[in-house]
Amino acid sequence: MQSIAEVIRSGKVLVSDGAWGTFLQNKGLKAGECPEIWNITHHNDVFDIAKSYIDAGADMIETNSFGGSSFKLGLFGFANRVTEINKTAAEISRKAAGADKYVLGSIGPTGKLLMTGEVTAEELYNAFKDQAVALEEGGADALVIETMTDIEEAKIAIQACKENTKCEVICTMTYDKSGENSYHTMMGISPTQMVDELIGSGVSIIGANCGNGMKNMVDIVKEFRAVNKDIPILIHANAGAPIYKDGETCFPESPEEMAGFVEQLISAGANIIGGCCGTTPEHIKRIVEKVKKFK
Amino acid sequence: MEELLSKISHCVEFGKVNKTAPFPPDMKGQDGADELTKQAIEAGIKAEIILNQALVSAMEKVGQKFAEKKIFIPQMLMSAKAMNAAIEHLKPFFTSGEIARKGKFILATVQGDLHDIGKNLVKMAIEGSGWEVIDLGVDVKTDKIIEAMQLNPDAKLGLSALLTTTMGNMQNTVSAIKAKFPERQVLIGGAPVTEDFRAKIGADFYSPDPQGAVRYLNELV
Repeated sequence: MQSIAEVIRSGKVLVSDGAWGTFLQNKGLKAGECPEIWNITHHNDVFDIAKSYIDAGADMIETNSFGGSSFKLGLFGFANRVTEINKTAAEISRKAAGADKYVLGSIGPTGKLLMTGEVTAEELYNAFKDQAVALEEGGADALVIETMTDIEEAKIAIQACKENTKCEVICTMTYDKSGENSYHTMMGISPTQMVDELIGSGVSIIGANCGNGMKNMVDIVKEFRAVNKDIPILIHANAGAPIYKDGETCFPESPEEMAGFVEQLISAGANIIGGCCGTTPEHIKRIVEKVKKFK
Repeated sequence: MEELLSKISHCVEFGKVNKTAPFPPDMKGQDGADELTKQAIEAGIKAEIILNQALVSAMEKVGQKFAEKKIFIPQMLMSAKAMNAAIEHLKPFFTSGEIARKGKFILATVQGDLHDIGKNLVKMAIEGSGWEVIDLGVDVKTDKIIEAMQLNPDAKLGLSALLTTTMGNMQNTVSAIKAKFPERQVLIGGAPVTEDFRAKIGADFYSPDPQGAVRYLNELV
């Protein structure tokens, strides 16, 4: 199979999947429960999610392994099950994706801050390495390091993935609006800085995920493209900013609303479009339709 | 004296911890908050004056810049670190009662939520404003919070939640606390929290940034 970056270079726009975390919650995952242990305990529910995005027409799906580092699993007492949990996560998505769709092994931040000294670069590297190797073993084609806010942690994760697996490496960061037309991660990294810092790191695709909806993502893609014309860009947008209503959290952007931004995103320079928190297979289906029309 | 205080204030504002600290690069090799506070005490400047005229005012500026998104978490952490280096020298004066804290503030991330970065930033800002902070940590059950409130009858309470899924737990915690202590102040914050949500669950105050909480608490004194 061609690499994702090669497919993009041939001129195609690809569609990724939607939310996992909020989908798991709809299937009964409780607040405070470890989402990744569901790969073992609720294998079929996790498979259903993966399969529903393939059925919606996604070209690639992620794995249920966002919090699969030893640091995050350790919060639930599962630090010694990194390999088992991540390998299983990738196997589930591989089974749903079949041979001709891509599986992106999800790697989230550790929640530890390098600059305060609560964790060392070496400890981070080893944690990302263990997770990445297990995801590759389970059948991941690419690794998506996502929701990053600290550029140093992102770089260490990229290095750990590049040096220990053959997977294509994707990295996305999470931006907040910090001014009229400026965006920064909570650690103060702008899209421009991200490109400057990561070009040459071995990352094949960069992008943004989560955040506050599709509209901001258009601005963010424009900023990426202003500094680099070539690097493939992936966008996983939330279905808007969360709203709390009657004891439940809702994400306000409907499938139609989100899909309404697809043309703008592609015109701005995005190459892969998918969803993050609050998006559903219906959102992905609508995005697929728009992407097809655009061509 | 003025000069020394303004130097300490500058170190806290820009995160210069001590002489050997490499950050910020343009202050390399200069004395930091650590050395300068020691010098100030040796020069006979009252601890209370150091606290209020150098540290609290600097942290206010830092909090303001953070709220305006002119600086981000790393700069705020370095400032807090510089402030803590200065506070170390003031500790004996807190213990002796020569300087008093403004009050006590209990802080917790709600049950089911394991995120601590936001909570810790609030802790730094509020400590930096002269309050004693009792940090109960993350994933804190309501019972434990009630117990801490009983032990500290004058303390205000701050609750944090990062996940949209733990907002429900925040609501339950606030309800239980307001049922038991209707008069006690409860402040809430966290990425998914909004003013609407605050009004709905009956908490007293919401701020999108730590500095808002600092201002609100200081007005209660």
